[in-house]
Amino acid sequence: MADPDARPALPSGIVAFVKRDCPTCVLIAPVLEQLGGKLDLTVYTQDDIDFPKGVDRVDDTSLEMSWHHEIEAVPTLLRVENGRESARVLGWHRADWEGITGVNGLGKKLPDSRPGCGSLSVDPTRVPELRVRFSRGKLRSRRVEIAALEDPIEAIYDRGWSDGLPVVPPTEDRALAMLEGTSRSADEVVAVVPPDLVECTVEKIAINAVMAGCKPEYLPVVIAAVEAACTDEFNIHGVIATTMGVGPVVIVNGPIRRAIGMNTGINALGQGNRPNSTIGRALQLVIRNVGGGRPGEVDRATFGNPGKLGFCFAEDEETSPWTPLSTDLGMEAGQNTVTLFAGEGPRNIVDQLSREPESLARTLAVNLRSLHHPKLVMAFDCLLVVSPEHARVFAEAGWSKRHLVEHLEEYLQISGEELVRGAGGIAEGLPESVRNATLPKFRPGGILVACCGGSAGLFSVMIGGWLTGATGSQPVIQEVRR
Amino acid sequence: MSEAASRVFLDPTSERRPAVRGRVPRLDSLRGRKLGLLDISKARGDVFLNRIEERLRERGAEVIRFRKPTFTKPAPVDLRHEIAVQCDAVVEALAD
Repeated sequence: MADPDARPALPSGIVAFVKRDCPTCVLIAPVLEQLGGKLDLTVYTQDDIDFPKGVDRVDDTSLEMSWHHEIEAVPTLLRVENGRESARVLGWHRADWEGITGVNGLGKKLPDSRPGCGSLSVDPTRVPELRVRFSRGKLRSRRVEIAALEDPIEAIYDRGWSDGLPVVPPTEDRALAMLEGTSRSADEVVAVVPPDLVECTVEKIAINAVMAGCKPEYLPVVIAAVEAACTDEFNIHGVIATTMGVGPVVIVNGPIRRAIGMNTGINALGQGNRPNSTIGRALQLVIRNVGGGRPGEVDRATFGNPGKLGFCFAEDEETSPWTPLSTDLGMEAGQNTVTLFAGEGPRNIVDQLSREPESLARTLAVNLRSLHHPKLVMAFDCLLVVSPEHARVFAEAGWSKRHLVEHLEEYLQISGEELVRGAGGIAEGLPESVRNATLPKFRPGGILVACCGGSAGLFSVMIGGWLTGATGSQPVIQEVRR
Repeated sequence: MSEAASRVFLDPTSERRPAVRGRVPRLDSLRGRKLGLLDISKARGDVFLNRIEERLRERGAEVIRFRKPTFTKPAPVDLRHEIAVQCDAVVEALAD
């Protein structure tokens, strides 16, 4: 996108953009000659400085004016008053041309109208180079030149910018193309990224999104994920620093899931889909490169988990019988959102026999009880991902999501006798003072439920959280803004 | 994209560290230091290095000799590692 303040000014009067390679431009060349004698006319020619004859031409074979004034087709006729464009006509339409110029009787022998051709400045084979030539100034990041004999991928490893997998080299043209994915300004500060508390611009996110393998249309999702991660509630600093093996899990809701081609079906939490695989990775690269959160430094995870390379998935809102996670967390239906959850890797729950909702809910509960430790309660949230086949058991019995969660809460009331230190011959547990109490496994609101996955498989998945509450991490939902 | 443009990257980091890795400081003295002499296996490189070794020993340095399998390829990783852990400095000899 051209920056309106930085672009070269247009001359006042009538301004035309043409190229010889366009038959319509050739057709209307006599009209330009006719106009040239009557008014203040400037003709920019994109491909041949000798075309069109009979008028004063300005060489725009560099396409600089065409680029900056966002010429999409030729011929384009502009009216410019006091340096500002006040009217624009694309192609040849006699009435429009007469209207914009105030001259009647134009091109009487020509057809009334004829569409134009694409401007050379929007030719897909030229755009990457033009974007770098004319827009590179908006990129503020330090340029790092690598030696001619350095392998680009190896050079990036050497500089410590990789998460361990090869990354896409973040060249100017790729970063500028990435920035086309958002309407936000490249220099807008999106968040302050822990642990180094660095102000992170849209540009830095775009660079890391390039490296992660994102396409430009994913960028708004990545930006929203960075915003959510860097809130006080989500507490990415703690999520990085903890010895527990959690990382930011990104759940995408809203029409943007489909628009960018996310997978919500078979292998929904796995590999093989570009946005699923790269959005979470881009967030983690921002944390690593901008925030300085690197394993062995501030990241002190004992084990970590493979999802720390990037863990992003989308809910199957179309198949789910329930409200999406986004509306459960207070967003409007149809809003594009990301939810961040500090989670470990997914753990499978098998139940292929339950056809009654109470039985299946008990299966889920008994598995959820084991999360992190069967004797530890109220310390961790849980993200429960229900498959279509399990969801159908609940839906056919008329259970809403709230209904399911209420049953889970009921089945996860645990006697203090089972929880105290020493119970079951296990030292881990709660203080003796809770022996006579009954405690829930999860705090109120601590069970989040989403639906996705392949249509076959009587399984669900639980993703254990990290310490919840004000000193830990709370799930954060963020609207995706274009 | 031109070849040159593909070799310019945008720094993805907070830019708090220098982009270019700094050089190891020069040795303040040769006496008692371990110096590697790397022969790249080109003709008469050994003649040159023999003389360098003589001069270095006169100045009190300990000299360890290394040899690349072939001048046509970079030194193997293991050889570079061996030099890095054994020596305080290295002299690499060309020839011809």
